Amino acid sequence: MNQIDGLQDSADGLRGSADRLRGSAPGKRHNARTVAALTGNPGCTRRAVLDAAGVDKVRLAEQIGFPGAFGQSRFALARGNAFEAMLKADDCALLRSTLGAYVGGYEDLGVDEEDTLSARHSRTRAVLASGAEGLLDHPLLTLEVAGQTVFLEPDLITHQTGEQLQVVEIKSFAVIDGQADGASVSAAAVQAAVYVLALRQLLGDDRVSHDVVLVCPENFSMQPVAVVLDVRKQLSTLRRQLSRLASVSTLIDALPDTVSFDLAQPVPALLASIDTLTARYAPECLSTCEMSVYCRQQASGRTAVLGRPVRESLGGIETVDEVLALASGAASPTPAQVEAAALLRAAATLRDEALNR
Amino acid sequence: MSTLVALARAQALAAGRAQPIATVRHLHVHDRPLVLIPLAMAGEANAPLAALLGTDPNSPHLLVVGQPRNRDERFAFTADLAATVVPYLDSFAGETEAVPVDRGRDVRHRFVHAPQVWVPNPGGVDFLRLLGRSTRFRRTDGDYPVPASVPLLGQWLTFLASSAEVPGSALLVNAVQALGLHWATGQSAAEDAHLGSLFAWIIDGAQAAREAEDGPVAGPATDPDFDNRVLAPLITTNSSPQMTEVLRELLMPTWDRMWQSIALLRQWPEGARVGSRWDGDRDAYSAFVTHLHEEGTPQPRHDGAVAAAGRLQRLENAAARYAVQRAFDDPLVMAEHRLTGAAFSGVVTLAKADRIDDTGKRPVLRPRIMVATTETVRVEPGASLTSPARPAQKAKVISVTPTVSGTDVVLELSGGMGRKLVAEPGSVPEIGEQMLLTTLSEAYRPGASLPDPSDTPWTHGGPPLHHGDVSAE
Repeated sequence: MNQIDGLQDSADGLRGSADRLRGSAPGKRHNARTVAALTGNPGCTRRAVLDAAGVDKVRLAEQIGFPGAFGQSRFALARGNAFEAMLKADDCALLRSTLGAYVGGYEDLGVDEEDTLSARHSRTRAVLASGAEGLLDHPLLTLEVAGQTVFLEPDLITHQTGEQLQVVEIKSFAVIDGQADGASVSAAAVQAAVYVLALRQLLGDDRVSHDVVLVCPENFSMQPVAVVLDVRKQLSTLRRQLSRLASVSTLIDALPDTVSFDLAQPVPALLASIDTLTARYAPECLSTCEMSVYCRQQASGRTAVLGRPVRESLGGIETVDEVLALASGAASPTPAQVEAAALLRAAATLRDEALNR
Repeated sequence: MSTLVALARAQALAAGRAQPIATVRHLHVHDRPLVLIPLAMAGEANAPLAALLGTDPNSPHLLVVGQPRNRDERFAFTADLAATVVPYLDSFAGETEAVPVDRGRDVRHRFVHAPQVWVPNPGGVDFLRLLGRSTRFRRTDGDYPVPASVPLLGQWLTFLASSAEVPGSALLVNAVQALGLHWATGQSAAEDAHLGSLFAWIIDGAQAAREAEDGPVAGPATDPDFDNRVLAPLITTNSSPQMTEVLRELLMPTWDRMWQSIALLRQWPEGARVGSRWDGDRDAYSAFVTHLHEEGTPQPRHDGAVAAAGRLQRLENAAARYAVQRAFDDPLVMAEHRLTGAAFSGVVTLAKADRIDDTGKRPVLRPRIMVATTETVRVEPGASLTSPARPAQKAKVISVTPTVSGTDVVLELSGGMGRKLVAEPGSVPEIGEQMLLTTLSEAYRPGASLPDPSDTPWTHGGPPLHHGDVSAE
């Protein structure tokens, strides 16, 4: 029990300074999706701090006048819920037959609520440590992210067979003739890898399988099909990215006392606070981060807004004005830019020649 | 992403306006295309919600599924869709022309015209592929019979979607890709995927593009907010007429943009080799019509090993040919190759047009020329070059010599000069002529020979089982 208390303490410690940043609003918790997004753009301090402080980024973005579109269609939710309910009906009859897991019990640790955290976490540890065969729904997991212990919003089942534990994710996108939407599958794989990592930190590497099971509807019906995904690649990426994440506590401590993301503040004060955090915008943010519309606005005129491949083709030069000045010969390149500038000049000459023919 | 296109994007961002990245149109634009905007129900695996379609910009035809989760309504929708789409696709299977094959010893026939279907974006193509997959195996008898037009539409959609994978094919075109082939915007490729935004960059500029982002989507996915606020109440209360109006309002801006995009592209001069690619499309169309009339079996779920290898080979050849043809048609595309050193432009400084090589059994005409260039030359002696101005002529690199001002390249020419030992007038470049030489070649590349499907070796799964795929779901 001591370990759990200690864990609670360190979480509380960070929560102290984070609470100050967030103000009066209740905190948003990390989940596998936010951890995955964080590792997708590890250089972004803005996102790291806002997530660590549990700031409601959707409302923050709305407040400052740059809302993003991050809703989920209720049709999609309804279908996802119906599929899950169907699988779990009658003591998981359908899920068991899909997984080929006829033996063992099923325990649901219940919904994701703030006040049951530590009870659920200890129950999770107890059940998983016992090693009994069966299915465990909604286990509560923790993961070290940027020097902070985060509780993961658990929406998965672990499946214990013999010595190994397997992560089972239920997703409602269809697998048609053995193929599914690539973006959905890779998102699911990264999320599952987050859970595998959290479980391995709890139980040790050899107890948790790197093969995760994805349960999806097959073809155009609601018939479930189980697909095994090897997430070793995602796991190693995740480990590397998490180790690279600067310690958020240090970042938060270094912020001036005036910085606050309390949504009750007037907009100019909020903007001033946001701007103390450096963002690293890339177009990929638009589909993963709630603050992206604001960051895009701030990054205008930079080659980063054109996307990574374009930026690289332009020799990694920071701003569009600089690119055009080098291309036209109006500016002289720094020693590091000589090669890129020569290429840009050649490109500009060829482009003019072809267009003015 | 080539540096040339990247530079165009930077220029577009600075100018607040999309910039051209082509000087000719690289796509066949049909005189009577069918525009089809599909809309899908969120969450479901390919459940159609609506489609706006037609061949006349002034009379769009709207089809709506009142209860997208009801199978019967879905298949009724597909039957309605088939009633418009299939007659359009069939209408080009009339007049034929004879094409000589086997060096003129034989002829085959192909249709003079072929259909062209436009969807807004790559998502639209995927939607049609899945709709084809979900309908082509449907039975017209048994427990859940459907009208005969439903599986037929499924086969047509499968044919169109698989032709869309062939680089340079124009039977099924998506507007985002077609516009993106000709203009670079000052935003990322991910943002270009929104047709409204891409179109606004071309027509009205950056500011309008930002505003268009919040405008109606071009499908097939709907906006979650629209689903929750507008669509859900209408589906629950079963108010079809109202739903029809709401969806029409949602789809009309995209409909107008699609037709404007087509009109815009039509104004461009067509590339010289676009016609030959459309000939290939007409061949594919003719072959598919013949297949429907003869066996008419639906395309299998998976290609067998031999069919898959053959298809991959065709796709690779098409991709290589398409890249070369675009460069030969368009100096701006060729400029990308000049930038990387795969092509260079120079002036002919020496020319010996009557040089005869008599070291072989028979004397042959092998003129030599020297080209002086200031551009990067990344070719080795022995390499074979071609010039877009004389595609039938090969130029073998004899020597590459750096000079004070650039590079001198000596070339030996063969082909494209007539059959005599004296070159036809104009077939050998003259001194002072500006010419472009490239390692790209249009020459036909024969593929590897593949066994007959019935001889598929056991290492590749053995001969495929036939008709196992036809069973209903």
